[in-house]
Amino acid sequence: MHATIPQVLADRAPDVKEVHVVWMTTGLGCDGDSVSITAATQPSLEDLVMGAIPGLPKVHLHNPVLAYEVGEEFMHFWYEAAAGRLDPFVLILEGSVPNESISGEGYWAALGTDPDTGQPITTNEWLNRLAPKALAIVACGTCATYGGIHAMEGNPTGAMGLSDYLGHDWKSRVGLPIINVPGCPVQPDNMMETLLYLLYQVAGLAPMIPLDEQLRPQWLFGSTVHDGCDRAGYFEEGVFADKYGQTECLVKLGCWGPVVNCNVPKRGWMGGIGGCPNVGGICIGCTMPGFPDKFMPFMDEPPGAALSTTLSGLYGGLIRSMRAITNRTVNQEPKWRHSRPQLTTGYRPKHYGRRK
Amino acid sequence: MSPIAMEPKPKAATATPQLVEMSWDPITRIVGSLGIYTKIDFAQKKVVECHSTSSIFRGYSIFMKNKDPRDSHFITSRICGICGDNHATCSVYAQNMAYGIKPPPMAEWIINLGEAAEYMFDHNIFQDNLVGVDFCEKMVRETNPNVWELAKRTEAPHARDHGYRTIAEIMTALNPFEGEFYRETLQVSRYTREMFCLMEGRHVHPSTLYPGGVGTVPSVQLFTDYITRLMRYIEFMKRCVPLHDDLFDFFYTALPGYEEVGRRRILLGCWGSFQDPDVCDYNYKTMERWGNAMFVTPGVIVDGQLVTTNLVDINVNLRILLGSSFYEGWENAETFVREDPLGNKIHQNHPWNQTTIPKPQKRDFDGKYTWVMSPRWLHKGEHLALDTGGGPIARLWSTALANRVNVGYVKATGNSVKIRLPKTALKPEVELEWKIPPWSNAIERNRARSYFQAYAAAIGLYCCEKAMAALHAGNTDTFTPFKVPDEAIGCGFHEAVRGVLSHHLVIRHGKIANYHPYPPTPWNANPRDIYGTPGPYEDAVQNTPIFEENGPDNFKGIDIMRTVRSFDPCLPCGVHMYLGDGKVLEKQHAPSGLAGLAEH
Repeated sequence: MHATIPQVLADRAPDVKEVHVVWMTTGLGCDGDSVSITAATQPSLEDLVMGAIPGLPKVHLHNPVLAYEVGEEFMHFWYEAAAGRLDPFVLILEGSVPNESISGEGYWAALGTDPDTGQPITTNEWLNRLAPKALAIVACGTCATYGGIHAMEGNPTGAMGLSDYLGHDWKSRVGLPIINVPGCPVQPDNMMETLLYLLYQVAGLAPMIPLDEQLRPQWLFGSTVHDGCDRAGYFEEGVFADKYGQTECLVKLGCWGPVVNCNVPKRGWMGGIGGCPNVGGICIGCTMPGFPDKFMPFMDEPPGAALSTTLSGLYGGLIRSMRAITNRTVNQEPKWRHSRPQLTTGYRPKHYGRRK
Repeated sequence: MSPIAMEPKPKAATATPQLVEMSWDPITRIVGSLGIYTKIDFAQKKVVECHSTSSIFRGYSIFMKNKDPRDSHFITSRICGICGDNHATCSVYAQNMAYGIKPPPMAEWIINLGEAAEYMFDHNIFQDNLVGVDFCEKMVRETNPNVWELAKRTEAPHARDHGYRTIAEIMTALNPFEGEFYRETLQVSRYTREMFCLMEGRHVHPSTLYPGGVGTVPSVQLFTDYITRLMRYIEFMKRCVPLHDDLFDFFYTALPGYEEVGRRRILLGCWGSFQDPDVCDYNYKTMERWGNAMFVTPGVIVDGQLVTTNLVDINVNLRILLGSSFYEGWENAETFVREDPLGNKIHQNHPWNQTTIPKPQKRDFDGKYTWVMSPRWLHKGEHLALDTGGGPIARLWSTALANRVNVGYVKATGNSVKIRLPKTALKPEVELEWKIPPWSNAIERNRARSYFQAYAAAIGLYCCEKAMAALHAGNTDTFTPFKVPDEAIGCGFHEAVRGVLSHHLVIRHGKIANYHPYPPTPWNANPRDIYGTPGPYEDAVQNTPIFEENGPDNFKGIDIMRTVRSFDPCLPCGVHMYLGDGKVLEKQHAPSGLAGLAEH
């Protein structure tokens, strides 16, 4: 045997051979996150479901937007998961968690019907049943992570995020905290890449997923919109759009990019295309725990922006005028590029020169 | 005028010993939460009753009160995760009216291009990755083995156009994930969403739409990136439409009588799509004129007759009724709008005057069982339960009969719509013609979807050419500044992907005093109203014949699924309904296959 041949992942069985993904869309949401992930290409849904990447467990996806099965045949996986027979599974929640303790005998959100009572089984009840059995729980999108739009001031349902419901310090039976992938909707590749990381971890190939204080993957949410925005240079030079549709920095028109944790301008929305301030859309903070209330009215200048833009206007103006001088210089070719009958590059030829 | 007016179907016979109660909850491969509860007569092979229910309430009209009206398109986009941008667009239209502004033409071209891409994407992913699975090899073999055998022997008439020799090959190509066409359409759904993101920033909740215009910067690159993808899609349409024609036509011949599946009276609504910036000024008083200039003509079709194309008529006759919903009535609540700007009286049950008072309670199919109200359209004293047929069939039907649209690549003829797809890299020019069908049924709803994908692409090409001409002429302004008035009203009419969409806005003291969006699914999936008028799913599912070869013990309900999915259900709008009140004879949660329920 060739003991020295390095092991490649194609030859290595993952620590966990198969993983079920139980995807619950019946929080208070819009299914926009499920739709979003069908746009992902890094990796795509097909990449994970069809096993296109070496070293990973086989993935069985149970998502209502995509499932072949209908009705009880589909719910079968939920009942199996609750009974501990769908093992292991990752639970994904999409949509915020309503407060069912205020809905009396009614309900705000439910999935399937209880065969004994004929009443719908609430989303909260499913969370109670499934959370203790799950290998990991991923809150997908801002509704599930922090409450989002449906948890806005004045909402009638008492909606909240998953960690408000289960507790910020909740741990799965194998010690994984809740994983939050915010975004309204979630950026397609951010979500699929988080799942990919989890699969590597489950396979025994990656360390504990690095999360920040708000339980977000650090590599996705460690920088601000502004850090990755291709209009940030305008901010630096104190040049601000005063009307939508212009190419400059949008801070004075309501963009919250400098204080919002999100990688969208850097990564684009999909396939590197689209985004928010980079393509003319103000950042409304849709990945943030404070969304939406702390960013409304969206189209007003954020409170801190008046000061910061005044300051950058002062020093940025100076920088910009100095850069303008340099820019003019570098917009001209060096003077030795010409068609005159002589060589002025500095090279002194021995065997040729001005034509006699 | 169309000669094909249909009477509603007669009611089915009442309970027989073969009556079995079956349910599918949740219905998958749609957006949102929907359960279908039926009673099926296996002796007569017919659905006798149908209840449909959805289990989510969020309360947009409640939490939007007192917010800044400029936030409303950002907020309402979140109503729907697959057509949120339709809401954002419709909200922007309503705000433009309320603020009294007209965006620059370039902004309208950019929004039209974004919305065209949305139709191209959304119909595409729904048709071939969600609905298509109901017609795939795996499903047909499980539900109708004889049909599968016939499909293997049936040559596809348009094999030269799409490359699949037999109908069975098409069905195989639609198998989830393994199927070649399934995977291709998933990929198509991506580059069409890239086209969307070019114009509106992000899918599905846009970042660059505003009242007054867009933040998108029109540039040479923007339109290059769009048109190159668009032409790829147009070439794809030249395969996609004939493929679906072959598949759907096959069901009529393979299963004679299949036209009865999902059939209902022809009662279609379309609120119009794609503004013409040369005409549209968002003034309510001129709404009839600019509504009729839209590149999809608004209209209401009753028994095959086009009864109006006037958005003012459409608006004034909207009624929101309670039937069996978890709400209190608002007859004694505030009346926000007594007259529209033309002096027409506005009813208390109009969306402008609606007050939403939720009252959660147990689901009781004999009492209150739904969160949704029943939108109706008042016509000659009758509260009509219009449907959208999932969008495309109503849009094409209305546009065809109205005979107004003529924009180079698309032409209405009075009884059809002609769609011209110019030469692309590998295929010559093709003219498609959608002809008004004899029925409003499951197959025709689905067929129209494919044709409307081509329609949207053709309109996209037209708008792209107009936008590039504006760019080359230096007309690149995309935004009209405005001030929010202290008191104003506005309404927006649009076509969400799956049908009619309206937003009604009332502003007082510069804040939202009332806001009520009405998306397509409440129109399609609502319950009986206070007058006992059934909602569209009732007509369509009830009395649908069963062609599935399986008996009750391994019944998949495929004909019911095809009926429901033909409407392109999108439930985040919050839909709950119940149909019929027959006595429960047997219960069975299909398709788990409990034995011994069919016979007594």
